[in-house]
Amino acid sequence: MDDRDSQATTIPPDGRSTAEQPRWRQDFPIDWPEDEYIARRDFTKFMVLTSFAFVVGQWWIVAENFIRRRKARLPVREIARLDDIPVGGSLVFDYPEAHQPAVLVRLDESRCIAYGQKCTHLSCPVIPRVDSGRLRCPCHEGSFDLTTGRPLSGPPRRPLTRITLEIRERRIYATGVEERQV
Amino acid sequence: MTGARFARHQRKTIVSGILSFVVTLVILQLWLLTATMNAYLGADDSILLPAALASVVCLLLNLGLLRYVYGLES
Repeated sequence: MDDRDSQATTIPPDGRSTAEQPRWRQDFPIDWPEDEYIARRDFTKFMVLTSFAFVVGQWWIVAENFIRRRKARLPVREIARLDDIPVGGSLVFDYPEAHQPAVLVRLDESRCIAYGQKCTHLSCPVIPRVDSGRLRCPCHEGSFDLTTGRPLSGPPRRPLTRITLEIRERRIYATGVEERQV
Repeated sequence: MTGARFARHQRKTIVSGILSFVVTLVILQLWLLTATMNAYLGADDSILLPAALASVVCLLLNLGLLRYVYGLES
């Protein structure tokens, strides 16, 4: 038995063997080598609990996604008459609910496009710049392509949420929201 | 090999090695969680389930390693 193994002979205060000691004394040893072992073991246990928490988080995201996909279709809502918006003009409206601003841009005689107005960086409202073919976020100089909503410059990495539109009898209707991938 | 065959300083070395594995797996899970949240916010739901299953596999590995650590004391 070397010096380190001789440390295993520590005698508890009541003189009984280690196995006969109460649980609390086994978890709070009186000598350093055993204390270091117990500390590492308990930290390992804490890390496994953390691992369990991460699994809970992962499945929470899966559940949230499932709920999001099961949501009912969004309402069809009239936004404006086509003739009320000039070519190159824009209109801010709320869709699908109040306080969810979106921006509509009339591209030409027959085409319109609409996006959620929140920048995908930090949710500042984007402003259409039809002459340069962009939607600009003034907070951090981000910009998005006007016809696709994809990020062109600045900090945003995800495209704008697209509002799907229908034009019937020269009236513009919002029919849904299209979340898009990078 | 049973735990009773290990001296106390050997057990400390073993638990330190296992702890390093467990910490590595937990860091991998943290990366998985942040990547999954980023994908979810970007409406990309194709990786959600595979990432959740990978995280479960990491947890099972961690539980196995923890069980081995407690087995050293029996």
